[in-house]
Amino acid sequence: MLQQLINGISLGAIYALIALGYTMIYGVLRFINFAHGDVFMIGAYVGYFAATSWLARFFPIGTVESTVLVFFLAMAICAALGAIIEFLAYRPLRSRPKLTVLITAIGVSLFLEYSGQLVFSANPRGFPAIIMNRAVVHTKTLTIDTVEIVVILLSLVLMFLLRVIVMRTKIGTAMRAVSYNQQAASLMGINISKVITFTFLIGSALAGAGGVLYGTEYPSIEPLMGILPGLKAFVAAVLGGIGSIPGAALGGLIIGLVETFVSGTAASTYRDAIAFAILIAILVFKPSGLLGKREIEKV
Amino acid sequence: MKSYPALFLSIAAIVGLSFVMPSLNDYVLGRIIYIGIMISLAVSLNLINGFTGQFSLGHAGFMAVGAYASAVITTFLNAQGYAMNGVTGAVAFLIALLFGGALAALAGLGVGIPSLRLRGDYLAIVTLGFNEIIRVIIQNVDFKIHGVDYIGGARGFSVLPLTTFTWVFIVAAVTIFCVENLVNSTYGRGFLAVRDDEVAAEAMGVDTTKFKVRAFVVGSFFAGVGGGLFAHSNFDITPLDFTFLTSIDIVVIVILGGMGSTVGVILAAIVLTTLSEVLRSVPEFRMIIYSLLLIVLMITRPQGLLGPATMERLLRRGKREKPLVTPVES
Repeated sequence: MLQQLINGISLGAIYALIALGYTMIYGVLRFINFAHGDVFMIGAYVGYFAATSWLARFFPIGTVESTVLVFFLAMAICAALGAIIEFLAYRPLRSRPKLTVLITAIGVSLFLEYSGQLVFSANPRGFPAIIMNRAVVHTKTLTIDTVEIVVILLSLVLMFLLRVIVMRTKIGTAMRAVSYNQQAASLMGINISKVITFTFLIGSALAGAGGVLYGTEYPSIEPLMGILPGLKAFVAAVLGGIGSIPGAALGGLIIGLVETFVSGTAASTYRDAIAFAILIAILVFKPSGLLGKREIEKV
Repeated sequence: MKSYPALFLSIAAIVGLSFVMPSLNDYVLGRIIYIGIMISLAVSLNLINGFTGQFSLGHAGFMAVGAYASAVITTFLNAQGYAMNGVTGAVAFLIALLFGGALAALAGLGVGIPSLRLRGDYLAIVTLGFNEIIRVIIQNVDFKIHGVDYIGGARGFSVLPLTTFTWVFIVAAVTIFCVENLVNSTYGRGFLAVRDDEVAAEAMGVDTTKFKVRAFVVGSFFAGVGGGLFAHSNFDITPLDFTFLTSIDIVVIVILGGMGSTVGVILAAIVLTTLSEVLRSVPEFRMIIYSLLLIVLMITRPQGLLGPATMERLLRRGKREKPLVTPVES
């Protein structure tokens, strides 16, 4: 029971990291970035190559330097990728109907998935053990290992950093202003495009970190690995109230816990369906999510 | 009748096809049957996505319901020793297809009702979620009656190969006939009104909720029948035939063909299914081409390659008339 709680929290922490990207991008642009789960996948691959390619000669796997390098590269490259996607695919559509942007996002998502298959091959690869895996607590009923601790701690640190950026810095204030009222924000002299690019940078960097953490905890990566975690993280974002940052963290945690507990019961084969059932329930009964604000639709 | 050229064109195509049909080998015939099934699926999805403006990503889920429901019936009848050939077989297959369609329509009603409050991207994700839920449920169902396997969970379900070109042709024709006549009727203007401006439609007294549910129910019915044909054109079906990636395949056809243009969607179904056959050995390329097409099309030509306005122009050369169906962008 306690074991499942720990497993659930560490899975939930990863979902929360991805969900934060969804929720932030939704906050400023009011659309679901379908490709976010695939940015997460790219993050895992960048981590894989950073840890196993020629770079590993200078930074042997398992050392602290190597771990830092892996995370840094994954986050940096994903951030750049997110900004490029925004610039090439979404920016030309900014004033178009939402459906058009949604279809483009699906296109970007498919593009990343299948270019991934072409470039990395569709075969799963074993993710290197970038964090020395040792059991910290080991009793008859409970095992907590270093990987789980690192996953939980690092997610907490990243979420804390995000909170500082959003609440305490100038660009964070601008982000909140844009998500509150884009037109008014632009009248106040905020450069909307800059804020949107920044949001994509941060959100995609978090997804990249999530990808590496996911690879560390479930060490098999393949180009379509981003689809399900991406969708579940989206559910987490909706559950917490889309647009709300603490909500995304809470939602991720809940989805991770529910999924882990369902896996432990007889209904484990329904594991992948449970997130969608939660999504439908939340949209029917409380569409604004647990911590979200109700938006009044203006005509 | 408004579109005589289209009618003549299709009759000519069918007459031509019937001449070459006997000389075709099984492979080509199988592909033609598959194209026909995709036409029914895409045209029925076009009613939901194109004409009513609701973005569904769950068509494969309804297809799965129809496929499994009809296959259960034909397998059951076959196991009972009922003759599955000749007239009796045809009647049995028709009943199975209709039953599959009806069950899928029921599923469509089930999806439609909770989804009414959602629009755009939320609806897309919820329908995708329904698709996955249906698939996971099927994956977990497996039972035997008198030693005959039904559903078969993840292993797959052996199905009698009953689908012939005649069946596919009739179903595709009926689908096109129903969808076209529905949206072009006085009553069917409601679907277009919901798409073009939901608020205005509601203000004019159109019951938008009902129209959305109707679009879902009718679309799902034909998806179910198409799924039944699909099941009986293969020797077995597995839940993996009906993932949301299959839905995306159908959605791509509708978008590229032009949302709200039946002729465009039919052409897109033919072209894209053939294209995927050509690129069979490199499936990644097919999806990369699809995805790039989607992105570039959305940026440069969101109404699709053959949007309704373009079709109207092509079909009535010379006659400059204002098209009744306006493009999606508003």
